[in-house]
Amino acid sequence: MRICRIAGSVHATVKDASLEGERILLAQPLSLDGEAEGAPLLAVDRADAGVGDHVLLMKEGGSARLILDDENSPVQCVVVAVVDHWAHEGKVFP
Amino acid sequence: MHLARVIGDAHATVKDPMVTAAKMLLIHPIDGSREFTGHPLVAVDMVGAGPGEIVFYTTAYEAVIPWKRLHPDVPMALIDAGIIGIVDRIDVEGVPS
Repeated sequence: MRICRIAGSVHATVKDASLEGERILLAQPLSLDGEAEGAPLLAVDRADAGVGDHVLLMKEGGSARLILDDENSPVQCVVVAVVDHWAHEGKVFP
Repeated sequence: MHLARVIGDAHATVKDPMVTAAKMLLIHPIDGSREFTGHPLVAVDMVGAGPGEIVFYTTAYEAVIPWKRLHPDVPMALIDAGIIGIVDRIDVEGVPS
């Protein structure tokens, strides 16, 4: 899982049927120091996360299908937790 | 899953029977500000996307799953990227929708 910051959300009318009714969030992966790192990922929300929240992003399709309870889901990323803080090299983030 | 913009298409007369019906689009990943990032790739379209549209796509085995649903007679397919949604709107703080 990666620590990410929720940067926004994506709305799509035309989408795979298994995404119907799901909230799709734009998650920016962070370094352990809390800096943006790499391209943002789209994820289904399972933690009621909002913009600005730091979250745990589960980015593995098999686990996503278990969480979503849908063997036919093409989803690869799921927001599974809102992170209060993390500690790294004696400092607490965010 | 990633955001991308459709920048073209790819045609192949000779291809594996498992992907005979595949419509292949050339897409370039974008970030939340709609700026290109990374490298362009070819993805199979599952949703009827067209040139210039912003889409989202899935990779690896997850790209095969919607193809199997659309083509139940095909046991498996040689697909490593699949477009699974057409984006109407991106809401990102500090970026106009």
